[in-house]
Amino acid sequence: MAKKYDVIVIGGGHNGLVCAAYLAKAGKSVLVLEKRHVLGGAAVSEEIFPGFIFSVASYVVSLFRPHIIRELELARFGYEVIPIDSTFTPSLEDQGLARWGDWHKTRREVSRYSKHDAEVYPEFSKAMTAISKFTKEVIDYPAPDITSFHPRELKNMKRLGKELRGLGPDMLHLNTKLLTMSAVDFLQMWFENERLVAPMSVSGIIGTFQGVRSPGTAYVLLHHYMGELDGAFRSWGFSKGGTGGISMACARSAEHFGAEIKTEAGVANIITKNGRAIGVALENGDEYYSDTIVSNADPKRTLLGMVGENKLPEDFVRDLNRFKFRGSSGKVNMALDRLSKFTCRPDDELILKGDITIAPSIDYLEKAYDDAKYGEFSKKPFIDIVIPTLTDPSLAPPGKHIMSCFVQYAPYNLKEGPDKWPDKREAFGDAVVNTIEEYAPGLKDSILHRQVLTPWDIEKKIGLTEGNIFQGELSLEQLLFQRPVAGYAKYTTPIKNLWMCGSGTHPGGGIIGSGGELAAKTILKEKMV
Amino acid sequence: MPIGTPFHERTSNLCTSMRWKEWSGYYAVCSYNSLHEPEYFAFRHSAGLLDVTPLFKYSVKGKDAEKFLSRVMVKNIAKLKVGRVSYLCWCNDEGKVVDDGTCMRLDEDVFFVTSADPCYYWFKRFTRGYDVEIEDATDVICGLALQGPTSRDILKQVIDIDMDTLKFFGVRDANIENIPVYISRTGYTGDLGYEIWTENKNALQLWDTLMGAGRNYDIQPAGLDALDITRVESGLILKGADYYNAQHVLIEDRMSTPYELGLGWTVNLDRVPFMGQAALKKEKQEGSLWATVGLDINWPELEAIYNNYGLPPEVCSSAWRQSIPIYDFDNPRVQIGYATSGTWSPTLKKNIALATIQKRYDKSGSKIKFEVTVEHARHLVSAIVNKPQFFDPERKKSNPGLEKAKTNG
Repeated sequence: MAKKYDVIVIGGGHNGLVCAAYLAKAGKSVLVLEKRHVLGGAAVSEEIFPGFIFSVASYVVSLFRPHIIRELELARFGYEVIPIDSTFTPSLEDQGLARWGDWHKTRREVSRYSKHDAEVYPEFSKAMTAISKFTKEVIDYPAPDITSFHPRELKNMKRLGKELRGLGPDMLHLNTKLLTMSAVDFLQMWFENERLVAPMSVSGIIGTFQGVRSPGTAYVLLHHYMGELDGAFRSWGFSKGGTGGISMACARSAEHFGAEIKTEAGVANIITKNGRAIGVALENGDEYYSDTIVSNADPKRTLLGMVGENKLPEDFVRDLNRFKFRGSSGKVNMALDRLSKFTCRPDDELILKGDITIAPSIDYLEKAYDDAKYGEFSKKPFIDIVIPTLTDPSLAPPGKHIMSCFVQYAPYNLKEGPDKWPDKREAFGDAVVNTIEEYAPGLKDSILHRQVLTPWDIEKKIGLTEGNIFQGELSLEQLLFQRPVAGYAKYTTPIKNLWMCGSGTHPGGGIIGSGGELAAKTILKEKMV
Repeated sequence: MPIGTPFHERTSNLCTSMRWKEWSGYYAVCSYNSLHEPEYFAFRHSAGLLDVTPLFKYSVKGKDAEKFLSRVMVKNIAKLKVGRVSYLCWCNDEGKVVDDGTCMRLDEDVFFVTSADPCYYWFKRFTRGYDVEIEDATDVICGLALQGPTSRDILKQVIDIDMDTLKFFGVRDANIENIPVYISRTGYTGDLGYEIWTENKNALQLWDTLMGAGRNYDIQPAGLDALDITRVESGLILKGADYYNAQHVLIEDRMSTPYELGLGWTVNLDRVPFMGQAALKKEKQEGSLWATVGLDINWPELEAIYNNYGLPPEVCSSAWRQSIPIYDFDNPRVQIGYATSGTWSPTLKKNIALATIQKRYDKSGSKIKFEVTVEHARHLVSAIVNKPQFFDPERKKSNPGLEKAKTNG
């Protein structure tokens, strides 16, 4: 019989590795099993084209919790994030809008469209900072259980209640608006010009199957703003070596604390006995045993895939089937021979180092959503472009570049069915390239290699159900004590000894590390493994 | 990245120290030479020329401009006569100060407002129902402050108006050589001085004309370091140092009311409704919690502390703006406020500060304890509470030309 571990972590995504590192640091013997040949899950760097290292899926980082970096000593193991200073929204009509960390510079830029909007920015930031402060209290602790009278839960609720009251009435009211409004409506409470509102509103739709005018998207906006707590735009950054660099730092930290990591070790199923998880069986037939199994895979894949519906309570299966994945985004990564200039601002090289957002108007974004609603990819999509090689030249040969494009919408559920994605993949890639070509002519001719990832590809390659980048939509009804299923929001599952730690658990979303950290801390507290 | 003002071509040539800072998105000179003292003494003994372009500037025009400004400002603008300037502040509806600045009445329906923060969006918020037009002139109008005892004599040589009749806080349109300007007898040095506004295109000619006319009057280009000393000596508060824009801060403790800032005299309470009126009335009735005072920090005590270390007393030669705690005199463990900026006054030979203090301690002449750090250790010295204004020369408001004419007549 194989060696028995204190903990087995299924999946070497960044959350799984964070979880493993915390458990190993607490003295447990930990085994991490990763299906692919590379670690990182969606935070992964791969040499897709010779000499070019792509952040294949997740491409920027902002939310990663600083205390995790400290506690796991990640800087020592190679964690390095280089801040992004600007967001540029090119235009076909004028010189476009760039927003910078320097607020007077941004004020001058925005003034060209609206003097009012330029000056009201500090008031908006103030409100978002105040609300983010509360939200931080939410994401850094396990979700409160509002149905429980357990003293610990009451204490947690009391802490949150105190923080909430501390916001003061104005912010409380604003919080209610944030929870119910659309990203556009919310932003329009401050800003009048859509040239500013459009690029700001896209933060509200990233990874959701919603439009910028759909109610509830204002909250997602905040989720992306929280990273700005430590200082304006600057807190979005590039991970050195691609986002896989963060995963590798987590892996090295976990190994330093004694964890064992195996790649090309895909778990076929979780072995259960009398409603308890006792081990895992790999695709190659190997079996490993442990009294504590933690899955970094998404909830559906973990429970319906690796455990099996027949071993689960009926109501749980029903709720899990209701948990929405419906991936809505794709990724186009390109190796470029040279950089083409944006026609609207040909001489500004600084803007290329930052974030470049194709979001010219609110209607543009809504029309992109219209296509998706009826089962097609957006012919004119919202695209978030970064050129990481301008900041981290180690990713490509000298003088060559990588262009990473996050694209929305690309609905997993095509009208013809998700299986038809392979037939449409290149047409989707063409739509993206053609759109950017309008703003930056010459792009097409400079492409050495193009990698197109549709949600179907993301599901097949990385293992995210329906290609949802957050392991389940970040919509309000799928957050906190309902993520992924009410009653199982504290990293537990109906199967005893089986836990979850991925983005599908609270707080979810982005390279944040919280799921892994909070799951590990919960396990250590609940169960003296 | 800041940009240069229309005077940049001149100021950058003269700024041999390469000491610049950012002021509202513009490059601004800290001091032209490595030492700022000569520039300070120019302000106090001859004349200093300071680029004040980065101030935010608004032209407010229209039939209802007076009514509109009276609604937004704490002061009743209806009482401001044409050709007069008012120093004032404006509040939000909680009576917390948003910004301070000057308001000039250039004509019945034409006003010019300066502010420290961008306030176009704020003013614009309240224009509905008023026949008023607000134009942000920040990027089209530039400004120079000519401050100091010889400033009037300098201007007399090149201006086409009778400088003797331009009284303290008066404003006039005039021509300096051929350049059309607005000139106001205002400034941030607390001395005799003027501020001159013109269109950007005239900037360099205006600079050259004034520098030329000032040659025989020891005119010197002066930077913000020198200005900072003069404004502390004169008890003029600074947004971002002594108080913050209420719309930009997260907690109420960081907000201030006009009364707390010593600007109660700018408030005209009993009149048609204006922003913050109800809250200010309530505060006036119930009393304020805080006050802004000047502190005269005891020099012999400081000297004695240095002496214990075998050192002569050391003070920073430039003004400072970090927060320093102040304590109850009899019970130095009780913090009663904080100093927000201060300086060694080269003219008064005093170590002075501006401070926010609990109202009950604000009586002039009373004593408090002030924290000083000497040789890396904290000590307390006593300080005497004073009105914020330590330096107020007669020349600031005097009109010798007029008085002479009167005597002769």
